[in-house]
Amino acid sequence: MSTSMNGKAASATGAAEDVLLDIRGLRIEGQSDDVWSQIVKGVDVKLVRGRVLGLIGESGAGKSTIGLAAMGFARPGCRITGGEIYFEGTDIRKLSQSEQIRLRGRRIAYVAQSAAAAFNPAHRLIDQVVEASLAHGLMTREEAVARAIELFGRLGLPDPENIGNRYPHQVSGGQLQRIMTAMALAPRPSLVVFDEPTTALDVTTQIDVLVAIKNAIHAEGASALYITHDLAVVAQIADEIMVLRHGRMVELGATDDIISRPKEEYTRDLVGIRQIHKTEGNGLAREPLLFVDGVTAAYGNALTVLHDVTVFLPQAQTLAIVGESGSGKSTMARVITGLLPPRKGVIRFQGQNLPPRLADRSKEQLRVLQMIYQMPDVAINPRQKVREIIGRPLDFYFGLSGRERDARVSELLEQIELGRKFLDRYPAELSGGQKQRVCIARALAAEPRLIICDEPTSALDPLVADGILKLLLRLQAETKVSYLFITHDIATVRAIADSVCVLYRGKVVRFGPKAEVLAPPFDDYTDLLLKSVPEMQVGWLEDVLKTRRMESAGN
Amino acid sequence: MTTTTPSIEERAGADGERSTISLVLRELRKAPLTAWFGMLVIFAYLFVALFAHWVAPYGESQVFDTPYANWAYIPHWSWLGPIPYWVTFEPTGSEFLLGTDQLGRDMLTRLIYGARNTIGIAVATTLLSFAIGGGLGILAAVRGGWFDQILSRAVDVLMAIPSLIFALMLLSIFGSSVLNLIIIIAILDSTRVFRLSRAVAMNVVVMDFVEAARLRGERLAWIMRREILPNVLPPLVAEFGLRFCFVFLTISALSFLGVGIQPPTADWGSMVRENATLITYGNVTPLLPAGAIALLTVAVNFVVDWFLHKTSGLRDEH
Repeated sequence: MSTSMNGKAASATGAAEDVLLDIRGLRIEGQSDDVWSQIVKGVDVKLVRGRVLGLIGESGAGKSTIGLAAMGFARPGCRITGGEIYFEGTDIRKLSQSEQIRLRGRRIAYVAQSAAAAFNPAHRLIDQVVEASLAHGLMTREEAVARAIELFGRLGLPDPENIGNRYPHQVSGGQLQRIMTAMALAPRPSLVVFDEPTTALDVTTQIDVLVAIKNAIHAEGASALYITHDLAVVAQIADEIMVLRHGRMVELGATDDIISRPKEEYTRDLVGIRQIHKTEGNGLAREPLLFVDGVTAAYGNALTVLHDVTVFLPQAQTLAIVGESGSGKSTMARVITGLLPPRKGVIRFQGQNLPPRLADRSKEQLRVLQMIYQMPDVAINPRQKVREIIGRPLDFYFGLSGRERDARVSELLEQIELGRKFLDRYPAELSGGQKQRVCIARALAAEPRLIICDEPTSALDPLVADGILKLLLRLQAETKVSYLFITHDIATVRAIADSVCVLYRGKVVRFGPKAEVLAPPFDDYTDLLLKSVPEMQVGWLEDVLKTRRMESAGN
Repeated sequence: MTTTTPSIEERAGADGERSTISLVLRELRKAPLTAWFGMLVIFAYLFVALFAHWVAPYGESQVFDTPYANWAYIPHWSWLGPIPYWVTFEPTGSEFLLGTDQLGRDMLTRLIYGARNTIGIAVATTLLSFAIGGGLGILAAVRGGWFDQILSRAVDVLMAIPSLIFALMLLSIFGSSVLNLIIIIAILDSTRVFRLSRAVAMNVVVMDFVEAARLRGERLAWIMRREILPNVLPPLVAEFGLRFCFVFLTISALSFLGVGIQPPTADWGSMVRENATLITYGNVTPLLPAGAIALLTVAVNFVVDWFLHKTSGLRDEH
């Protein structure tokens, strides 16, 4: 299948075009537990000069590994076992180590996901940006600095003349990511590999970086491999998209074709996500289950994180708390659960005031309020079996033990679509999505009235996240549980919320039923937030830039 | 981007149930030669220590009228060429396999009983020091705040005093009974265990599953025992081996200095001291208990090294 698809792509772009990168039958093995297994199973990649190819897939699809292989590099624990990698006509794999090193950083550059980890915190930014040009003897230092300043300007960084004199910790995450792009582009490479450059950024910052990268690539006339798990993001920047899964190519085509006319079922699933829609309950008038009344909260004496926040949530409904990082979303969860007693205000639950401190709450008050975390990897004890993880709340709150408890655990496992064969697994034997399901079962085991969900899907692959959202909706219909859903993703809000609260720097900007909050007229911040969520549509990025009213905090 | 997902699915597809014993056996088969050597030596020592009554040829302090019997002949170069120094020299393979000490007690018997006493006391001391240090360390990590501060600073003060000198002082105040010896060394040694277990537990305490247990309303003891302890156990077990060696050496050193295990109880440290002068006469008897100490220390370290390597990360654990 891969050869026929490749043939089509080649004929579409025209055989006469200047092929910059041509990878044929690439095979890469990875080592785990002393056993080598194939993680890239014969993939062909062809990139024409001046174009951008998006590589997309879930974790384990092999997309980063392919991106690194384009530079002739394999991570420790990986080895390239087959295939040819032609870059500008020469097979990189046949080059000597020193010849490969001369290519890297000069003809091929790499932009990593975490800019904070990629910069040396002890050196000024400008010194690191010009390093590659100087090391390869391409420019004098004056030329290299001038080139860096030119790129800083092109990438939309404030004060391009002087920003290079700062240290990495003195600029924001979005700026650092753009400076890393400048570092990659400085020696005028013909190929840049972007490995999830915007994934770690806030949603409002993400599109600024995306625009900067897109403009810079076009202005420089460079080619790029753009690796991401987010189809909507890659649709904004790539000319062609290759969908990968389990180390094999699923589909290759022009961006527009992949988005609007996907052929393979897997691609259709990827395009089809974010289309869950919940009809909103009309219950804000009813007696609320949870009432957060005028809460002000602070860490220590100096830093006030929440300012006079008032929100409420009726039974069997979902309240979404939306905002970027630092807006106080997670602090709100800590206040409601009692981990951080509020400075002012009260939390009412089922009409009663909850004691502000966790230690003062009764077992019953604890039981009805459960929590699901963002990172399922650290939310369950790696040394306990699933039986113990889900069984403990049953034992603790209801005194169940032995066979009775196991029966109930099996029932819960069925409810989260896993089944009783998972009883004796350790967390290390579960995938990310399965772990999150176990977390959900642990929360359900307490038979709570309210579950606080702290970004439960943001660490998961899109399809897996979709499954979790559907599960949460079904469980709400079955058990009449309420959710307080913390997220930064408006698409998730659309999918599951009944009412929405937009937080910005610890203040409630907007609060009300979903239909009202997500309908115009918007305040400036909600407008920015809504317009920052990439949509699965070519040309969306340009539209947004024309219409939005507020610059993101990154600038 | 991880590369482990397919292998997890494959493994999960195979079977969920797997026994701990088969896992341990698999690991043992892969163990390096040094670890095997170490385990063999440790088991031999333990066997001898446990069954000293049956293994030893004579009684612990049975005295014969042939003191200073050497078991090996060390050439002593002089004008006349190599000559044996002691007239009471008994050749190897006679009634005293390893010769006799300064009072005429059988060396082999003393060594065997010494294993029981020295190893027994060292194990008891190390266990006690881990109970104190590990418990307080985890507690300090969970409680945090002033509790942690006070405890940590107190430990800093204790650690600032050289432990051998401190132990000497305390032993001379309280008298050197076996119980005092165990308690004093355990407390002094628990400071290091405290430091390690607090540091390791600190990394676990911030995990969400500990917060989840708190939100559930679990008691402190349950959180420490069920949520934190299993996750800090591997480094602590490795540390146990190392601390055991140090405790062992400390006891031997104290015995050598005369405040440790008191005669006539057989103990390797005091056996070295009692026979120390013989070395100047070419008699190797004092080297025997010293060698026994060295061999055990090396063996334990081999095993600990292997174990540390195995458990250096949780990723090796599944």
